[in-house]
Amino acid sequence: MLNCKKVLLEISNYLDGDLEEDLKRNIETHIRMCRHCKVVFDTTRKTIELYCDGKLFILPEDVRARLHESLRRKWLAKRGGA
Amino acid sequence: MTESSQPAVAKDESLLVTEAKAGSYEAFEELVNRYEKKIYRLGLNITGNREDAEDVLQETFLKAFEHLGAFREDSRFYTWIVRIGVNEALMKLRKRRAEKMVPMEDAVGDDGEVIPREFTDWKPNPEQQLTRTELEGILENAAKALPPTFRAVFFLRDVEELSTEETAEMLNLSTGAVKARLFRARLRLREDLSKILKRG
Repeated sequence: MLNCKKVLLEISNYLDGDLEEDLKRNIETHIRMCRHCKVVFDTTRKTIELYCDGKLFILPEDVRARLHESLRRKWLAKRGGA
Repeated sequence: MTESSQPAVAKDESLLVTEAKAGSYEAFEELVNRYEKKIYRLGLNITGNREDAEDVLQETFLKAFEHLGAFREDSRFYTWIVRIGVNEALMKLRKRRAEKMVPMEDAVGDDGEVIPREFTDWKPNPEQQLTRTELEGILENAAKALPPTFRAVFFLRDVEELSTEETAEMLNLSTGAVKARLFRARLRLREDLSKILKRG
């Protein structure tokens, strides 16, 4: 039977699908019975989801405009026309 | 590595690269439009600074433009551009760190244990309970608190979805070091976010 410490040490490998089937099953059994470990697993997964949420992040319009202006200028200088 | 804002019938990336190489600014601009947001986010996430993130964005696409002819297309354009972006962001970071005499690594190194202390579940759907700006600020502050290489590993692996091997190569680390840093970065971010997002 795995203890909490061993389970938590494998959290990253578990989330990456990087575990042997036996160990994965033992971890899932432990999580079903251990509220603390379940919270850590669920909130770690949620942490990654929040950072991946593209809707939370916008490229400021002025930053975008400056990028396109310098690229167009560079392109014109090199190629002599767009 | 999908971009949900792409049109349903997006032009094939390799075709755009071919057209851009042949001199089509419209094709090059379409490639920029597809990845500019990701590169800016990558720059912001690694440097933790909006001014540096804009420089990273500009330098990345200017270099892509300059070296487009040398891009051999044995990898995806996106992977190529991310690689340029990561190098630019790390250079910025090293410059800033050197100015402030702050090391790139955590002072504790990799041996210190990360022990979860927050075991309270979070309020459901924080993205609906907080404004976008509030949540963005919380995520940004938590990321800034990580040592730079931990931050770089976390964003390359979990947000840009690069493989452990690709991340290791870009950051000049072993795959074991990438895994160890990813583990610690994930738990430290979770711990910091838990303090704010847990049920009261």
